[in-house]
Amino acid sequence: MAEQTAASPAKRSIGGKLLIAAPYLWLLIFFLAPFLIVFKISLSQVAIAIPPYIPTFDLAEGWQAFRESLSELSFENYVWLTEDALYWKSYVSSVMIAAISTVLTLLIGYPIAYGMARSPKSWRPTLLMLVILPFWTSFLIRVYAWIGILKNEGLLNQFLMTLGLIDQPLVILNTNIAVYIGIVYSYLPFLVLPLYASLERLDGSLLEAAEDLGSPPWKAFWQITVPLSLPGVIAGCFLVFIPAVGEFVIPDLLGGSDTLMIGKTLWVEFFNNRDWPVSSAVAVILLMILVIPIVLFQNQQQKMSERDG
Amino acid sequence: MTRGPTWFNITSLVLGFSFLYLPIVLLVIYSFNASRLVTVWGGFSTKWYASLLQNEQLLDAAWVTVRVAFTSATIATVLGTLAALVLVRSGRFMGRSLFSGMIFAPLVMPEVILGLSLLLLFVAMDQARGFWTVMLAHTTFAMCYVAVVVQSRLVGFDKSMEEAAEDLGCPPVKTFFLITLPIILPGVIAGWMLAFTLSLDDLVIASFTTGPGATTLPMKIYSQVRLGVTPEINAVCTILVAVVTVAVIAASIVTKRQQVQREREERAAFGADG
Repeated sequence: MAEQTAASPAKRSIGGKLLIAAPYLWLLIFFLAPFLIVFKISLSQVAIAIPPYIPTFDLAEGWQAFRESLSELSFENYVWLTEDALYWKSYVSSVMIAAISTVLTLLIGYPIAYGMARSPKSWRPTLLMLVILPFWTSFLIRVYAWIGILKNEGLLNQFLMTLGLIDQPLVILNTNIAVYIGIVYSYLPFLVLPLYASLERLDGSLLEAAEDLGSPPWKAFWQITVPLSLPGVIAGCFLVFIPAVGEFVIPDLLGGSDTLMIGKTLWVEFFNNRDWPVSSAVAVILLMILVIPIVLFQNQQQKMSERDG
Repeated sequence: MTRGPTWFNITSLVLGFSFLYLPIVLLVIYSFNASRLVTVWGGFSTKWYASLLQNEQLLDAAWVTVRVAFTSATIATVLGTLAALVLVRSGRFMGRSLFSGMIFAPLVMPEVILGLSLLLLFVAMDQARGFWTVMLAHTTFAMCYVAVVVQSRLVGFDKSMEEAAEDLGCPPVKTFFLITLPIILPGVIAGWMLAFTLSLDDLVIASFTTGPGATTLPMKIYSQVRLGVTPEINAVCTILVAVVTVAVIAASIVTKRQQVQREREERAAFGADG
């Protein structure tokens, strides 16, 4: 027995190290290392070759060759991004579209989350399930479903014309409005879930106290419910805004040719123009724009998990 | 919070859930449309489902997708569960904040960046692209989701049973399999399912990292959607939605039943003690 207890801490620490090492190494190789490669290629030049950029590093050629190829790297692609208006317009328009969609998602999601948190306890698991279920079904399918609804001869226009509300079909598909609808629809569960979690925790006695002291319900809502649900609002908004900035599928399928979003620009640059260095530079700048919201999001997640734990 | 729901709350719930479900319901209804025109109702028919069975390219793509999803979800579940244990249990270690950063960042990182960076990694490694590269890429982002799901199960976990086992001389690995794993199992299963559906669903990352001979179902659907809405695609989508819905509901019923049973057993055990 004594031997075993003496041996077990040492054994556990080796086991513990292995436990940390496996996921850590995986993420270093498949998540962090790729970003360094993206950065390196963003400094390269496009070439008609496989892979389509120069210089390529080959460690077998020795240190001298490695240093020579290092000197061939340049910031040319970044200069190019500032010169061609397409790129910075895409960045600005992506951030705008993502911001507007986030506000719309919040306006639609808050009443849903509030209604869920205020519903009888026995309903809540079912309602929660109903919010999560669309999140499990395919993103692509949910975006595709809107094409049939929003087209000129689509179901929405048919419906409105049968009711006699409009004579001419509304042009919605292939405009920015369709992109807003697509983003709000696809990301709504991401906002409702954290918001519901913080609204459900809210102490009802605070609202009762406010009411007893003669505060009208709307005032109690603004002064108690809204401030206390703020962590959920912030987490939800980040979960919508950050991925929406780089969204590709929604602007591509629902947006028009004048819908500029950086995810689409990157895709075209990569697949149609086969310009890997420029698309890498586009990705690096996109990442730099998103680093601040991502770090804020992580700090908030950490704070929330520490409070729960 | 105990008062009954107000009209405002009920209205917002009804409108909210109609918004969430109406598009999917319409998609399912129109997959049974006899007319070739997707938005004109021409009577009930299942002919589009029959024509799917003859579409070999589509069936091939579906088979590739299921294999990728199964393999990547399984590896991602192992790695993600380990990562969750590290996050909750390991305390402070070198590079902890980098580690948790690498877990949370992929959850919000735009897919185009993940896809591009992984492709460039595979090119730099001189790796032939196809089934394996898509599988590795999916494993990487799915493990982060698994880690978050399992982590939420591990927080608020009563450690006393594990400590009791260790005090009685049970080796840590055995303790993990006999005590820790059964308790976090619902989280692990939910994590696997999430990883599986994320992989089943992914278009962007797969498009970047795939190679010849490994076209996945979302890539196939996407290339046809760009040509226009067709009833066949509605049929494929309906099948996918049905599979996922049945799986999710079944899993939630099973975990709920297990939970109830476990609670009953615990109560019985404590009752016997007292």
